[in-house]
Amino acid sequence: MSLIEARGLAKTFGGETVLHGVDLQVERGEIVTIVGPNGSGKSTLLRMLAGVLQPDKGQITHASGLKIGYVPQKLSLEASLPMTVRRFLNVPRRVSEADAVAALERVGILPLARRSLEGLSGGQMQRVLLARALIVKPDVLMLDEPTQGLDQQGQADFYRLIEELRAEMGCAVLMVSHELHVVMSASDRVICLNGHICCEGTPEIVRNAPEYRRLLGRGHRVRWRFTAMSMTMCTMKAVRRVTPTLMRMHTDVERLSGARGAGGPWRFACGGRAWAFCCLAADGLFWRCNGPCGYSGCRAVAWV
Amino acid sequence: MAHAAILGVALSLGFEISLFVGVLFSALLVAALFLALTRRNQSADSALGVIAHSALAFGLVAVAMSAGPRVNVEAYLFGDILTVSRADLTLIWSVAAVVAAWLLWRWQALVTWVLSPDLAETSGYNTKLEELGLIMALALVVAVGIKAVGALLITALLIIPAASARPHVKTPEAMIALSLGFGALAAVAGLKGALWLDTPAGPSIVCAAAFAFAASMLVAKVRGR
Repeated sequence: MSLIEARGLAKTFGGETVLHGVDLQVERGEIVTIVGPNGSGKSTLLRMLAGVLQPDKGQITHASGLKIGYVPQKLSLEASLPMTVRRFLNVPRRVSEADAVAALERVGILPLARRSLEGLSGGQMQRVLLARALIVKPDVLMLDEPTQGLDQQGQADFYRLIEELRAEMGCAVLMVSHELHVVMSASDRVICLNGHICCEGTPEIVRNAPEYRRLLGRGHRVRWRFTAMSMTMCTMKAVRRVTPTLMRMHTDVERLSGARGAGGPWRFACGGRAWAFCCLAADGLFWRCNGPCGYSGCRAVAWV
Repeated sequence: MAHAAILGVALSLGFEISLFVGVLFSALLVAALFLALTRRNQSADSALGVIAHSALAFGLVAVAMSAGPRVNVEAYLFGDILTVSRADLTLIWSVAAVVAAWLLWRWQALVTWVLSPDLAETSGYNTKLEELGLIMALALVVAVGIKAVGALLITALLIIPAASARPHVKTPEAMIALSLGFGALAAVAGLKGALWLDTPAGPSIVCAAAFAFAASMLVAKVRGR
């Protein structure tokens, strides 16, 4: 029997249908990744499967006794409340010292146990959230954009950790991701979502599906596609900040995309304080803006 | 809420009910108004500014209208700890006990909710209920505290000790313990100072708390945190 089985899921927010007719199941021990553009309902789907959100239509069947470790996309924490990593594991329910130590040890942050949450980096915080999810010894680990805001090394490390955990604990992993190049190598199954399931299957099947190509773009026409794609991927606020940078980078990117094969990452300075980087992977040009200039929330990732 | 207490004073005088009941009633009324406003996407700061000061103004006007010039409004604005009777003390202690018991009971839920409402929601807590509980507890504390330190200064005693404790602690429990210490220290030092310098008691306590806060910040700075 599947760990999770969903039939005909639909969800509406404020009169707008975000998801409809979604059927899927998650089997024991597999890594499933949900990809799709912003607003395609990825997080909504994950939250419904985790039981955090109720679907308007359809039904979700969990295997009996199923334990879910859910790592939210981000957790805004009240800074005026003092909180150590160890104490945070006791929220909302107290856990035994042995369990806490084991979980922290496994994700490699045991030395941080007595540190305050406010001083942690993005990657460290991500591991704290993961440790929280591991404490329940989950049958399925659900991760909502777990590597948002991490640099490439951080992303690679994090996905490696997830694969190790899967191998050790035999848990299934269901995650939402934007980092397509990583997804392609690390997943057993990919689900491409845009309000409904456009296509699904092994990474190879999805990569070559016309629906997927139309939705997330592939091919070698860099020019305007590049900018338009980035804009849909950004929140409007970020777009206003990023657009001038994109324009400035444009020529460089064009030059790069002329080259075939894998390469990079190349770093571009933009605006002095921030930087963007771009690398040419086997399955397309990947780039993202990053940096401390205020548009770190921007998820400008494009596949060309 | 503290400012609304003056409105409560007016109500109590006007309807000849107990001060405690009047203050509690108006504090809860204003809290409900605040919740309603913030639910409508008003920012908490502006809602608080509008409600707190309007409540204060209405309260002052109402006191003047209901009781004539005989009533000394200042006693309610700034309190007079020296008029606190044994009966008042009993009330204060029993309310404190009730609030402390409630805190102990709801502690995990409250910590979760304050830390992250999302987390509380997904952990299965009813955040609306916890919020309501917190507001009731605050209203109770304000209602019993008004006689001792007054409506204007009770806010200071709610905030300053906790703010003084914040840089030195790493867990919510330690923060409570340390802010209790800061509060007690401010009360004792303030009263001693008032006796010694012949100053009004309520404001002296708040001044002592402010000094403690400044000292705490200095220490935190020196320790490099």
